[in-house]
Amino acid sequence: MVATDRASVVKAGRTSPAGHTRRAHPVASQRSIRRPRASVTLHVAMTLMLIYALLPLFWLVVNASKTQDALFTTFGLWFGGKFALFSNVHDTLTYDHGVYLRWLANTLLYVVAGAGGATFLATMGGYGLAKYNFLGRRAVFAVVLGAVAVPGTALAVPTFLLFSRLGLTNTPLAIIIPSLLSPFGLYLIWAYARDSVPDELLEAARIDGAGELRTFFTISLRLLSPGVITVLLFTVVATWNNYFLPLIMLNQPKWYPLTVGLNQWNAQSSTVGGQAIYNLVITGSLLTVIPIVAAFLVMQRYWQSGLAAGSVKQ
Amino acid sequence: MTSTAVPVPKPVRRNRSRRRWTGWLFTGPFMIVFTFTLAVPLAYAAYLSLFQDRLVGGNSFVGIANYRQAIHDPQFWQAFERVAVFLVVQVPIMLLLALCAALALDSARLRWAPLYRLSVFLPYAVPAVVAALMWGFMYGKHFGLVANIDKAFDVQIPDPFSSGLVLTAIGNIVTWEYVGYNMLIFFSALRVIPNDLYEAAELDGATGFQVVRAIKLPALRNAILVATIFSVIGSFQLFNEPNILKSLSPNTIGSYFTPNMYAYNLSFAGQQYNYSATVAIVMGVITVIIAYAVQLSARQKEA
Repeated sequence: MVATDRASVVKAGRTSPAGHTRRAHPVASQRSIRRPRASVTLHVAMTLMLIYALLPLFWLVVNASKTQDALFTTFGLWFGGKFALFSNVHDTLTYDHGVYLRWLANTLLYVVAGAGGATFLATMGGYGLAKYNFLGRRAVFAVVLGAVAVPGTALAVPTFLLFSRLGLTNTPLAIIIPSLLSPFGLYLIWAYARDSVPDELLEAARIDGAGELRTFFTISLRLLSPGVITVLLFTVVATWNNYFLPLIMLNQPKWYPLTVGLNQWNAQSSTVGGQAIYNLVITGSLLTVIPIVAAFLVMQRYWQSGLAAGSVKQ
Repeated sequence: MTSTAVPVPKPVRRNRSRRRWTGWLFTGPFMIVFTFTLAVPLAYAAYLSLFQDRLVGGNSFVGIANYRQAIHDPQFWQAFERVAVFLVVQVPIMLLLALCAALALDSARLRWAPLYRLSVFLPYAVPAVVAALMWGFMYGKHFGLVANIDKAFDVQIPDPFSSGLVLTAIGNIVTWEYVGYNMLIFFSALRVIPNDLYEAAELDGATGFQVVRAIKLPALRNAILVATIFSVIGSFQLFNEPNILKSLSPNTIGSYFTPNMYAYNLSFAGQQYNYSATVAIVMGVITVIIAYAVQLSARQKEA
């Protein structure tokens, strides 16, 4: 029974231009015909998962609306005390001469330069691997795929020492340069380019006399765009959420990204004698989460199809 | 995943020699960054691990002395044991949850699947710092949910930060962060199962569970393998969550709670750069070996 319906749904969704059998949201009328009964067990189980996933975020929203005092005296999962969301936001943005805004600007810089650069390099690299048979290609593959297994731990300390020798620590470059590497992105673009950029098209462009780079920027890049957006989104998340690297590389708050800054506020609050600003830690956390969650929700069509393409080729 | 599977463009003769190199035009920049941010630091770590900085005599070559020290270092092995336990317990729970959720999403008997899919995935977008802070506050005995529940029901929930539970508490945070991501990986693999298989199953009159066992689970093999390997790597690298919770629970999370924290504190609190690099390399080698063993055992089962 399940199989019956599956078959019809798969057929309905099979419209992807890239030739992947995608089963994106089929129209309701198409599925209503042979759709089996909804399973109560499945809904209960998935609702529990949903509550588990959203509960902490709900907690965050609720508590961002509380004063420092109400945090300790009211029930955690519901609003209580004075509704202080706006004054909390105001205090977060102005505390310590607006250092939060400085951290936000740093984060944006690291994201634009780091994630943008990583996506660009991975796209070029993955495309080169998929579409050109050049000397050393196998070696590149072996080395890059092997490197995925190298733990970041093994690299963090030596990278720091290397960068401090080069005078790069405590500068934005110390965060941006390591962020430029995305082996996963390279792999994903390689998988995507194999399927969605036809060789005949490249041949045709060559015969028309277009240069390789020009072909890439005018034709291939457009065909690769769902894959590129997927890689961009995941590298943006990685740099936006990066904590370990800036923690090591930076010791001046003026270069901190939001993650390290928030943790510093939290540490200050837990220190005896430090000013307790848990309400700002919580509100600052909420403000940190909002843009990245929004980006995922807005771009969901793209990254979901990009992920699907990447998962086929293992 | 092998490069032999790549369809090689049929080169027009006049372009052949040029095309031998044009690929580097595209892949070269990536490889330069790769060299500078991965290969060189790795080589540098290996180099550092062979030296010691002594008060007398300065920096001197000591061969494998650092490795010998690491192998007999109880603090290192204690930290290692902790992440090994974490790995053995947390990773299967998380992947099993993700697998069940993906199968549920793929089932025709679940309504509003996109809503569930997005909600469960959402925590992945939350920075580890924020995740650890949120859960850390909720775990709190003085404010937070645990305290609330204690008061409301007049009970004493065991403190999540107590030494017996703190690893479980961290495991919960990591599960929360990554279960949706793994679910999505599995779900993506399920979506590309060819239609013919379901049609054949339908003709044979297969039940839902038979379809799952005979079609869906085999189709997920590779996705499960990749997710397992990434989870192994992630567990061995555990750092962010315990390091952030440390300020909320300084008594139960020490400076060598995980190997990564140990390596970090060795170099940034203790200035023992050489030994820190050694610990990092030992951990890296163990990770690679275990990741490789996982892959190998999966291959053998296939054969």
